[in-house]
Amino acid sequence: MKNKQIKKLDIYWFIFIIILFAIPLIPQVAGNTFIQHILVLVLLYASMSQAWNIIGGYCGQVSFGHSVFFGIGAYGAGMAVVKFGIAPWPGVLIGALAAMVVAVLISYPCFKLKGHYFAIATFAIVEIFNRLFMVWYWVEGALGLDYPLVEEGWKNFMWYETKIPYYYGALILFVIIFGLVRFIEINRFGFYLQAVREDQETAESTGINSTLVKLMAMGLSAFLAALCGAFFVQYSLRVDPPMVMCLSISMTFVLVTILGGTGTFLGPLLGAMILIPLQEYTRVLWGGLGSGIDLIVFGILIVLIMVRQPKGIMGMINEITKYLKTRKSNLDSESPEKV
Amino acid sequence: MTMFLQVTIDGLLTGMIYALVASGLSLIWGVMDVLNFAHGEFLMVGMYVSYWLGFLMDIDPLISWIASGAFCFIIGILTYKLIIHHCLSGPPLSALLATFGLAMVLKNVALNRFSPNFRILTHTILGGKRIILGDLVLALPQLVAGIFALIIVFIIYFIIKRTRLGWAIQATAMDKESAELMGIKTEWIFALVFGLGGICVGIAGGLLPSYLAVHPEVGGLFSLIAFVAVAMGGFGSIPGALVAALCIGLAESLGGFYIAPVFKYVIVFGLYLVVVMFRPKGLFGW
Amino acid sequence: MALLEVKGISKNFGSLLANNDVSFDVKEGSIVGLIGPNGAGKTTLFNCITGIYKASKGNVKFLGNDITNLPPYRVARLGAVRTFQIVHTLKEMSVFNNIIIGAYLRESNSEKAAKIAEDCLDICFLKEVRNKRAGDLTIGLKKRLELARALATAPKLLMLDECMAGLTSTEVKESVELIKNLKIKGITFLIVEHIMEAIMPIADKIVVLDSGIKIAEDKPEIIIRDKRVIEAYFGQKFSKRLQQKGGAKTNG
Repeated sequence: MKNKQIKKLDIYWFIFIIILFAIPLIPQVAGNTFIQHILVLVLLYASMSQAWNIIGGYCGQVSFGHSVFFGIGAYGAGMAVVKFGIAPWPGVLIGALAAMVVAVLISYPCFKLKGHYFAIATFAIVEIFNRLFMVWYWVEGALGLDYPLVEEGWKNFMWYETKIPYYYGALILFVIIFGLVRFIEINRFGFYLQAVREDQETAESTGINSTLVKLMAMGLSAFLAALCGAFFVQYSLRVDPPMVMCLSISMTFVLVTILGGTGTFLGPLLGAMILIPLQEYTRVLWGGLGSGIDLIVFGILIVLIMVRQPKGIMGMINEITKYLKTRKSNLDSESPEKV
Repeated sequence: MTMFLQVTIDGLLTGMIYALVASGLSLIWGVMDVLNFAHGEFLMVGMYVSYWLGFLMDIDPLISWIASGAFCFIIGILTYKLIIHHCLSGPPLSALLATFGLAMVLKNVALNRFSPNFRILTHTILGGKRIILGDLVLALPQLVAGIFALIIVFIIYFIIKRTRLGWAIQATAMDKESAELMGIKTEWIFALVFGLGGICVGIAGGLLPSYLAVHPEVGGLFSLIAFVAVAMGGFGSIPGALVAALCIGLAESLGGFYIAPVFKYVIVFGLYLVVVMFRPKGLFGW
Repeated sequence: MALLEVKGISKNFGSLLANNDVSFDVKEGSIVGLIGPNGAGKTTLFNCITGIYKASKGNVKFLGNDITNLPPYRVARLGAVRTFQIVHTLKEMSVFNNIIIGAYLRESNSEKAAKIAEDCLDICFLKEVRNKRAGDLTIGLKKRLELARALATAPKLLMLDECMAGLTSTEVKESVELIKNLKIKGITFLIVEHIMEAIMPIADKIVVLDSGIKIAEDKPEIIIRDKRVIEAYFGQKFSKRLQQKGGAKTNG
């Protein structure tokens, strides 16, 4: 039964991806840079959050430190372009690898900690990295890196006149990360992640090396988060510590996933699809400088979700399907022929 | 040598304020296993109450701390009843994230209503006065605030350890179901504890505006430091929170002076990581 | 060389000596019962053997390998798998998924692992609840699920900790049949039990613990007459009842 379920979902998924590829061809989208911007951000945040989902959702180790990896990825690409004057790609790879190494080294001792202690340790790490990057001379400290003008195109991953190639770049990142997570989910590693989340002692008693599983998940998650960071800097044309290595970016990874549903495949996408347009539109409507109304709305939304439906949108969908199923079986059992 | 003493005393005084803030948080965490992300914002609310009372009605922080404490008590109880109560039956982190949302709301309401300007009370009874002991200069507002904060911490600790209410709170913290079977109204206790957390932070906030500027972002760092103090001190331990908060105040002060101001918080957070590496449940945690 | 050799295991928690120089062997293909009053140190012994606790003294050999200080997952991988006194299931996952996690220990390919899980599902009579959320099962089914999951890891030694507790007498009979069938398939058992009617008929040997010390180790029919065991655990009346029921195996 499981195999049949896999195939159906994957076909829908395939169709969905094709639709996504075709979206920029719609005239309303092709001409409107604001919509393109939103689409790019949705795909980026969905990818980021899916990367976090691997360790935070599936494996249940809720880390608020992912902005560090995001930032390392951003700085990797940024340094390549700004400091060394080359294409960003080598920097992207180095940044991702560095993020992975940092993640494994830091989280190994932290995995000894349970519950809130672990969460607070991740806060501490973000703050430490933030301060360190602010004074690190080699990466220009608080000034950050500002992108010079470079030749447009895929070699430099830079376009100035249009956002559409960025959209396709984000889409490729999205397909890679989501594809990878789907593969994990239906194979052994995904099951091991969930077993560790559910009950570490039980998992160990069935032969699972929980520490190794957590480290692998953290490393992979950090690598992918760094890729997203690299995309981010190429899109924003500058990076400094408060932009990328801050608690609010970390919280965004977490909130998007929670809104959609932690530990679910579609969760990060659903969460991004709701949160990002909301964030951008409220900022345009009410943001204004210093008025903060957009964030008030955002904050209220977070409170409402956590109070009413902490399992997120996927949780709501599951409840609705369960309700419909039980209604159907009730109706069936009430049908006259059964008497 | 006197410089060292001066810096140390300043650090201890700051630490005492941190201790009061952290005690409130420790109480909440110890009793219902919730990390109140909005704790720093409660402090901000207390500070604004005290500031506006001082600015508009000339009431000195030495008196308005009562109003700040009471106001934050009510906010604490409301937060519990409207938000936390519903989160407790859900996944473990829902309360933390809900309070994150609350923090965001409080911060931006303040931003919207009071603008991001830094505000400080200039005409207070203690403001600007100093005690001079030899080469040491002790600013009176900080001194009074610190000592008062310490007294409140001891009062709270006394209530928890020596009164029947305190025992009810401890029982609820250790085993909610058993406590209920003993006839303790745990719902009531939870709300009260959240309120008490609010009082701690409200009183702290009440005293600060005479020397610390109020602004919407002031809560953020206090929240983080409170978390670190509580975790470093250990789950559910007020003495732990006190010791940890004093250490943090010292680390911040000494580190900032002898190493570099920028590294103040690197040292503070680094200290947390070092402590939990050796004692994963904090200094006195259970 | 026995499958499992426990040599002089001692474990203390501060001043409390939970296990005091406990030694015994488990021969391959046999069923060994571990009995004793509550607090005797049976679960502590299990935890020392499987690596959840670090033994204060002594060592444990499994298949000739010293497993004394190995972490739990290594012990499980070698083939010594245990179940828990308070049943541990992966609550949010389905019954089938719980079992396949065990299967994945030996088989990383999903289809092959699924086949192993299907087999274990059948052996343990869990087919009907295949897709149910593990947390929603009754305790009897949860215990069978734990057994199925352990079975899927292709264990050589199954260590069951009070797997009959909380079951109805029908369920107990079914579990005993299951264990007998699995023994025929070649699995060795070390079983902690309080329900004598379940363990006495099937055990080849009984080890008795009391206050951390091994006070007896022998065939069931001898144990039920042993004075020390009667005094420490059974009591005279119960011992007589067991003897009358012929509560020990009639074949050697």
